[in-house]
Amino acid sequence: MQQLALELKDLWFAYDGTRVLDRVSLALPRGEFLAVLGPNGGGKSTLLRLLLGLVRPGGGSLRVLGQDPGQAGGRIGYLPQFTAVSASFPITVLGAVALGLVRPGFSGLGGWLKASARSAERAEARLALDRVGLAGQAGRRLSDLSGGQRQRVFIARAIVSGPELLLLDEPTASVDGKSRQELMALLAELNRDMTIVMVSHDMSTVDGCVTSIACVNRGLHHHAESRLTPEIFAEAVGVDPAGCPVELLAHGPVPHRVLLDHDHPDCCGGAHRRRQGDQDPEGAP
Amino acid sequence: MMEALSFEFFRNALLAGLLASVICGVIGSLVVVNRIVFLAGGVAHASYGGVGLAFYLGLPVLPVTAAFSTTAALGMAWVTLGARERADTVIGVLWAAGMALGIILLDLTPGYNSDLMSYLFGSILAVPESDLMLMAGLSGAVLVLAGLFSRGLLVMSFDVEFARSRGVPVRFLHFLLMGLVAVCVVMVIRVVGLILVMALLTIPPFMAERRARSLAGMMLLSACLSAVFCVAGLYLSYALDLTSGASIIAVACLGFACSLLVPVSRPKEAA
Repeated sequence: MQQLALELKDLWFAYDGTRVLDRVSLALPRGEFLAVLGPNGGGKSTLLRLLLGLVRPGGGSLRVLGQDPGQAGGRIGYLPQFTAVSASFPITVLGAVALGLVRPGFSGLGGWLKASARSAERAEARLALDRVGLAGQAGRRLSDLSGGQRQRVFIARAIVSGPELLLLDEPTASVDGKSRQELMALLAELNRDMTIVMVSHDMSTVDGCVTSIACVNRGLHHHAESRLTPEIFAEAVGVDPAGCPVELLAHGPVPHRVLLDHDHPDCCGGAHRRRQGDQDPEGAP
Repeated sequence: MMEALSFEFFRNALLAGLLASVICGVIGSLVVVNRIVFLAGGVAHASYGGVGLAFYLGLPVLPVTAAFSTTAALGMAWVTLGARERADTVIGVLWAAGMALGIILLDLTPGYNSDLMSYLFGSILAVPESDLMLMAGLSGAVLVLAGLFSRGLLVMSFDVEFARSRGVPVRFLHFLLMGLVAVCVVMVIRVVGLILVMALLTIPPFMAERRARSLAGMMLLSACLSAVFCVAGLYLSYALDLTSGASIIAVACLGFACSLLVPVSRPKEAA
């Protein structure tokens, strides 16, 4: 029997009496790469916090790797949103990665490690850095790295403990286009060893790498498809599927690249087909 | 300098300054990287209530102030723990309330207290040996506690969200850190006064942060910088007959300005 990575049944969560998540059910097998999409304020981040055990659900059941959330801390790798870390913190790349090995609970607080334990930690941190392609940067100050490199350092920190589940909060939010592609390729590679759940509002990250998509907007719809269809796309940005996703056109050419199915007859009345090379956002009807 | 060292009060002042430097290097670094400078300021000013309480009850000042400001710090830690929103406002209220309480209690204390100003601006030249012993004890305790929990403090300081997700007891560490800040603040008040506490807690760590490669290195460097500022400031205060706390801070500010002018040199990217 294959164990589920995530098992959510009729889960809900409320802030001040308003349900931001309601009747959320999901059964995610191990080995999946799930993209969690949805409009801002739709409950994506809350869902992630629930999975991490940082907040308690109002009701329903929630199992993470077969355990209660918060219990599986050592088996989960987590990549918080980039903005949480101070840019000038005095720490080397290797030191930052090694922090991912901290043990849960009070036993992890102790400052005095044996020399052997310390060198074992450094060796593991080097391995993780090697995996994200930053082996040569181990001794540099974290603040000297570029945004994309730093994000890789944090991925190394998330995977250094050999987690079974990797939770990513907007991993591509603060990196440029090229780094974004490299990051997604890295995540696809890591997905061979672990289940990945990635929260994102960036549609371009979804293409090709993920194995399924969940749209979260108070409720959760799980699509066992790895590509965006116009329906999923519309659901993810919270617009009527029959209408045109003008909001995303305003961001530039992104939806043109993601929406591979340009032949869809309803999409902007075929305007995309006529304007395929046109990147002018004003071109939206 | 040799002439100055022959006076016991000057030797005591130097020792007090060096003790404060060590403790400020360690705790100040944690304050700066955790971005709780405002909280530390709140604790420093609220601790004036402890001074007033000590005078009113006729008890020794340092222990009473230490107990009072620790209580205030834990209160502020509790406020900032849950609802971050408006936490800064509540700290501002506690900040003012502590000071007002101190002044009112001093008003109610019979007799004129010439010592009053010394807690605002520092009285390092009047540190008695008994206070020195207590300071040494407190510094030792703070260092041992910070050392015992150094890994946890490092993980939390670097990334609270990540620490929480790993099951690190962040709540406990938050309270611990605020307690350490309180003890540290009480000691530094003796040296430079509570008005100028913030400078010694923030200037050396800020200067060190840009050049250190680890949190421990930052602590060490800022302790050294503090020590230099204290010694130089004390000597100037002795030689030119200036207020000791103010001259220590003046030297620190000068050093701060110089450090901004000197660019940080770092090894270029390794191949």
